[in-house]
Amino acid sequence: MGDAKYFQRGKIQELRQELATDKKDVKFTRKKTAMKKIVANMTMGNDMSPLFTDVISCMQIPVLEVKKMVYLYLIHYAKSKPDMAVMAVNSFVRDASDTNPLIRALAIRTMSYINVDKIIDQLADPLHHCLKDSDPYVKKTAAVCVGKLDMHDPHLVEREGFLDSVRELLNDSNATVVANAVAILSEIAERSERFELTIDTSMANKLMTAINDCNEWCQVYLLEALLFHTPQESTDAELLAERVVPRLQHANSAVVLSSVKAILYLANYIQKEETVNSLYRKLAPPLVTLLHNGPEVQYVALRNILLIIQKKPDFLKGEMKVFFCKYNDPIYVKMAKLEIIIRLANENNVEQVLSELREYSSEVDVDFVRKSVRSIGRCAIKIEQAADRCIQTLVELIRTKVNYVVQEAIVVIKDIFRKYPNRYESIIATLCENLDSLDESEAKASMIWIIGQYADRIENAHDLLDSFLEPFKEEPPEVQLSLLTAIVKLFIKRPTAGQELVPKVLKWATEDIDNPELRDRAFIYWRMLSTDPVAAKQIVLSEKPPISTETDNLDPDFLDDLLLYVSSLSSIYHKLPTAFIGGIKPRRLHHSRALNPMRKVAPLDQFESNKG
Amino acid sequence: MISAFFIFNAKGEVLISRLFRHDIKRSVADLFRVHVIADSSNKSPITTLGATSFLHVRHENLYVVAVTRGNANAALVFEYLYRFVTLCRQYFGLLDDSTVKANFVLIYELLDEVVDFGLPQSTDHQTLSLYITTESIRSERAVLEDAKQITLQATGAISWRRPDIRYRKNEAFVDVIEGVNLLMSTKGTILRSDVSGQILMRAYLSGMPECKLGINDRLLLDRDAHPGGAERAVAERQRRGQGSGGVELDDVQFHQCVRLGRFDSDRTISFVPPDGEFELMRYRTTDSISLPFRVTPHFSQSSTTSAEYRVHVRSMFSPKVFAQNVVVKVPTPTNTANVKVVVGGGKAKYVGAENCVVWKIARFPGATDLVLTFSCELSHTTAGKSGKAWSRPPISMDFQVLMYTASGLLVRFLKVFEKGSYESVKWVRYMTKAASYQIRF
Repeated sequence: MGDAKYFQRGKIQELRQELATDKKDVKFTRKKTAMKKIVANMTMGNDMSPLFTDVISCMQIPVLEVKKMVYLYLIHYAKSKPDMAVMAVNSFVRDASDTNPLIRALAIRTMSYINVDKIIDQLADPLHHCLKDSDPYVKKTAAVCVGKLDMHDPHLVEREGFLDSVRELLNDSNATVVANAVAILSEIAERSERFELTIDTSMANKLMTAINDCNEWCQVYLLEALLFHTPQESTDAELLAERVVPRLQHANSAVVLSSVKAILYLANYIQKEETVNSLYRKLAPPLVTLLHNGPEVQYVALRNILLIIQKKPDFLKGEMKVFFCKYNDPIYVKMAKLEIIIRLANENNVEQVLSELREYSSEVDVDFVRKSVRSIGRCAIKIEQAADRCIQTLVELIRTKVNYVVQEAIVVIKDIFRKYPNRYESIIATLCENLDSLDESEAKASMIWIIGQYADRIENAHDLLDSFLEPFKEEPPEVQLSLLTAIVKLFIKRPTAGQELVPKVLKWATEDIDNPELRDRAFIYWRMLSTDPVAAKQIVLSEKPPISTETDNLDPDFLDDLLLYVSSLSSIYHKLPTAFIGGIKPRRLHHSRALNPMRKVAPLDQFESNKG
Repeated sequence: MISAFFIFNAKGEVLISRLFRHDIKRSVADLFRVHVIADSSNKSPITTLGATSFLHVRHENLYVVAVTRGNANAALVFEYLYRFVTLCRQYFGLLDDSTVKANFVLIYELLDEVVDFGLPQSTDHQTLSLYITTESIRSERAVLEDAKQITLQATGAISWRRPDIRYRKNEAFVDVIEGVNLLMSTKGTILRSDVSGQILMRAYLSGMPECKLGINDRLLLDRDAHPGGAERAVAERQRRGQGSGGVELDDVQFHQCVRLGRFDSDRTISFVPPDGEFELMRYRTTDSISLPFRVTPHFSQSSTTSAEYRVHVRSMFSPKVFAQNVVVKVPTPTNTANVKVVVGGGKAKYVGAENCVVWKIARFPGATDLVLTFSCELSHTTAGKSGKAWSRPPISMDFQVLMYTASGLLVRFLKVFEKGSYESVKWVRYMTKAASYQIRF
């Protein structure tokens, strides 16, 4: 089958002979075959660098396919043989002024991939010419070369003034050239300390004109560049956003998400609230449509939707159903959908949401089931009217006796008890039936908390706590702490029931355990109980602060910062790029008259960048 | 952006490896092998280790992977990976372990052209096939003789079409294909139903034809998308929808050939099509969908040793059309030992490997009822097995209904304008199929 036969380990000596001159090889077929074997071996990870001189000598062969393979070889091995790589320079320089634009472009493109100083130095001259070439294909290739060069040697780029040449290309009549030039400038501006890219209003409009005349990838580069433009007037921002809107209908999800990002960014500079709201409304249908793409793109879309609904909670109102999980969705899509379902849940749709969550709780994937059960609890805390139904569903789930479902349910029921005290204590009996099956510390701690909190209503609370106390020393700190507090609560509420347990737990916690947190807490309880029981009661049984699902929300300033990174890895991890990537400048909003006063502009001295 | 590109086979062997940036080494391939291919608990398409992120898609038995060291645009990377797979399939017919090995030189050649410095450049098969072909001699000649035309084409506004196309007979085929999504609850209420449609086109037209497509859309994405007021929107609706019969689309997406600005201002779908087959647009709608089939399941488990099913399927479309290749899959408990099937039409049998009864009906006429009944004999579950209850997956259905659209969408016209002002013949077909048609029970 085709070239598959070359995928086997080749011996250097044999390959060398095959490459060696052979008069009969008129059409260079033998050399071509040898090169294919070498490239295949390179791919497999076999070291082909001993053949360097032999391969370079093939550079003169006038067969394009051979030439491209030689180039591939050079890109791969030049770094390890820099001195020999220089032998190729003349051939490159000659090609860079060939009459054929494809050959010119190929020459500078390959040369700029070779990470060897002596070659890069020789690139400067031809690159200057190519940046002013008459052919747009050569020019766009040259613009990208400057990006490569800057990564290799930013000082060379500065010395030669290449960035100015690329900036001039922004005025080129060919949209593809403009897009590639702006892509390179944006990228360099993102990491270089010495270079800032600013795009003024007329340039921004030029970019939006170019967008009609280039392919989908170039459209992405143009849209991304809008984040380097600071609108001075609210109306400018509005007009620009209007020009971005049609791109939301593009079939390529990257174009759609970059448009979303640009619109969200421009909205910071638009004063009229209704205009902003109308823009947000336009984002909703295209974002939902992204869920008809491949699962990977769905995932990217879902993580971004999760950010945007925190900014504008009602912007997907009524679209709940599209986030319901399909049985065969990949697990990462299901998890991401679940997060959104919870955020969209409200008193009107909670019935539907609960029956979905109930359904998910009987699926196969353990993590998904756990998260579904947990979500039922979040529903109860978020929507008071739904609490009854949620408790009912959770009790049903506990009755299934599926171990991890029961434990997860107990954890969330604890929170529901805290949120709505004195309402659902009747189900404690059901919970107590499952004590033996608890083997996870969080579930255990939750159950113990419930027993302690309601010690005065649970007849046999002391027996139950006693049974937990038995393996006390082996338990994880979380359970130990919870048990200590629960027993003290029991003692304060029903001194006779707790009098045997308290000394036991205090003694263990203070003498046998090394954990300072536990020991200190036990000492505090001990002192209080022995000196001032009334104060102890006030403190131990004090009013607890209310809990809410608000804590799930991201900090508003942090959220605004994240929204500058829609569609990127940051938006998926919900982390700023500075947190996981070195050598990147943080993006921020620049001040202008039109900037929404609610938006925080990072002061200049906070300009932190982790050089790495 | 993208620092490296790899293709691995299922065994984790590197079939293609290309670095675009020097910020990583080839040895990152080993990291991917260990942390993704060999780690079955890692199911995410994105894996970040330190500052290095791997984004991958699966195709056939392959892992197609992009590696980045920066805060890459994830949507762009995935779209690119999808597109690369499509491109290879356009070149080789399919993309799997053996085709990659058989064409690795060409794949390297394509990669060099399609991505530069990790930035996707052009992924249009039409343009690339001008100078990168499976016959190297032809590519060679094209590069030498037509270089100027190629470079203009690759950087031009219409990169998806060559200017020199000639057909003796000018034809255009339009296929409207709708996928119906349905999720029905145990109680028989519709949790979710929507249609995702595609309009596919096969254009065999000469020159640079300007096409206009008219559909019966009542789409008003957002009335204030049209500054100038509601009247215009209403007038437009009357003009287009002609009273009733219009379809309200929730959203549309277009192939890059469609002029989006034009669509945004006056809702005209105008374009210069690529040559041959392409997806002109995608749409989705949730408004007044006619579901082609109604499924009513009855399930009862009388004892621990048997379960009874009765599945009633009714075709809701007109008797003039029919559905073909109808398949209904009814999941059975995992401890099913034996199944007795009674079926009113088609063929049904128990497939143990999939834990379900598969019911196939080759031709299902409109407005017809069919019933499947069967009972499962269940074996006693062992103690270990009973720990996990059977999750009862939904009943799923597959079908194709020809000359029928669940949304009611119709193509009203396709106009072709070209300098040569030739006659062209147009054909329209419709098909509705199941996308994810699931009924819980």
